[in-house]
Amino acid sequence: MPKLKLPAPPIPPALKPTPRRPHEHQHTAADHAKEAGIGAIGWVDERLGASGFGRWLLFRKVPKGTNWFYTLGSATMFAFLNQAITGVFLAMYYDPNAINAYESVRYISNEAFLGEFVRGMHKWGSSVMVILIFLHMARTFFFGAYKYPRELNWVIGVALLILTMAMSFTGYLLPFDQRSYWATVVGVNINGTGPLVGPYLSDFLRGGPDFEAITLSRFYAIHMMMIPGAIAALIGAHLYLVTKHGTTAPPWYKAETDPELRTEKE
Amino acid sequence: MNHRQKEQYLRDYSVLKNQGKPFWPYAVAKDGAMAIVVVAAIMLMSLILGAELGPKADGTTTTYVPRPEWYFFFLFELLRVIKPPYLVPLATIGIPTICMILLFLLPFYDRGPERRPERRPIATTAGVFTIVAMGYLTYLGAAAGSPNEIDMNVPASVKAQGVQAARQFEAGKQVVAQSGCLACHKIGENGNDGPGPHLTEIGDRLPRDAIAQTLVNPTAPMPSYAGLKESDPQRFENLTAFLSELKTQD
Ligand code: HEC
Ligand code: HEM
Repeated sequence: MPKLKLPAPPIPPALKPTPRRPHEHQHTAADHAKEAGIGAIGWVDERLGASGFGRWLLFRKVPKGTNWFYTLGSATMFAFLNQAITGVFLAMYYDPNAINAYESVRYISNEAFLGEFVRGMHKWGSSVMVILIFLHMARTFFFGAYKYPRELNWVIGVALLILTMAMSFTGYLLPFDQRSYWATVVGVNINGTGPLVGPYLSDFLRGGPDFEAITLSRFYAIHMMMIPGAIAALIGAHLYLVTKHGTTAPPWYKAETDPELRTEKE
Repeated sequence: MNHRQKEQYLRDYSVLKNQGKPFWPYAVAKDGAMAIVVVAAIMLMSLILGAELGPKADGTTTTYVPRPEWYFFFLFELLRVIKPPYLVPLATIGIPTICMILLFLLPFYDRGPERRPERRPIATTAGVFTIVAMGYLTYLGAAAGSPNEIDMNVPASVKAQGVQAARQFEAGKQVVAQSGCLACHKIGENGNDGPGPHLTEIGDRLPRDAIAQTLVNPTAPMPSYAGLKESDPQRFENLTAFLSELKTQD
């Protein structure tokens, strides 16, 4: 059976396990479990061939100088995951029609187990995600990270920004209280003032010339099926490109012509 | 960037990349720490700030505050800054669309090889200006609020018409105060200056029928109050009566 050779993760020397001497070698239960584990992973990998992908993703290098600003992108992704997970739980109770929507949200807030906590996480998570996405965008902007060869990653990013704002806009209506209802009426009207496509856009959002029950179902479908799928797919493309090109080094770092000159430092 | 500059960049980059640390476990540890901070912050906000739920939506009542989520304030404030009606489409859709197109195309018109912010004065200034402008508009939006009281005495011209008229004026004033009109209009010293026009002297400009017409069938972004007219014609009458009495006083 071909054994999978996992590359050793580059951990600092102090933490590396000392190899065992041959005479200490004995087959404990732990050893057998380890063998079985490696065997199982090897079996799967023989059929999936995913280990190359894992190596490509995890054992690449990030350039010198990579700092905390570089965590903002993945932080945005975690905020998105938070929205996705809490959103699924809200969807278990939410009823997207104009008659019951408000009651179902009230039920979530007041009666469902941890309901208000999950709804709060979804609500505040949206603010956090918007803040993080703007910070991440500012980072890539000021670091000039949108330049060659990462132009397309910037373009995907802008699409993600627009979709994220569209998520906030459609989600705001769903609790169907006075505040969200009237804010959305005004928001859809604002869309309608746009040149050329404006009126069509607001008709599409409302599902007709007037703001009615069907509007809510429409917002719900857009909010929980159309956009999240698109965002997930685009994040995938975004991260593929990030891994392919590597993240930029901070613009202040210059490559030294002879790396030997600096081996003494660090 | 020309061909030589591209090659130069890729060469420099591969040197820097080789001097860096592996993604696993170094970058993963940082990203993980950040993820914990993010989720903990969200949980704390949820616990401390909760998730309020206002009264149920109702297209026929009008006691509401048309306020978007805070991160849309800057768009709404843009409407206040740009007032002339013929410019409204520009403010609502025009400017955001132009900004989005400029953002999309950024890597295609800014193609210089320089990446340090202090050596890209135009890009950096534009970026800082955008952030300051958005921050300022968001602040304005947060500070504006939506007053729901009108401080105004019954004018002499209405008093002269008798007690009935004065009472209707007061009642109409209540309706306007509770209906969120002041979020977009200014009446005397009350309310916000924009995006809608001042209503202080609306009675001079429009007859009562035309005002009623505007309320039922307004120009966006003002919402329609047709629902109020159907469900509570009396309140709607009071509303138009009040507005049509708002005239220059001498
Ligand atoms: C979302 C903001 C908004 C709200 C809320 C709003 N309006 Fe308006 N209103 C506007 C705008 C913008 C215009 C200008 C439309 C135009 O230029 O044709 C306007 C126009 C008007 C006009 C016509 C003014 C003129 O000089 O032609 C009247 C009257 C009016 N509004 C009354 C009201 C009343 C009464 C309320 C509350 C019941 C109200 N509005 C609520 C935004 C709003
Ligand atoms: C859902 C939203 C987004 C997610 C989950 C996301 C995720 C990421 C991640 C994990 C990285 C790796 C480097 C880093 O974290 O800084 C990255 C890089 C990048 N992102 Fe995003 N991003 C999002 C939105 C955006 C937006 C709105 C833009 C800009 C308009 C953008 C532009 C870029 C660019 C140019 C890079 C390359 C940076 C470099 O190589 O230094 N992204 N993104």
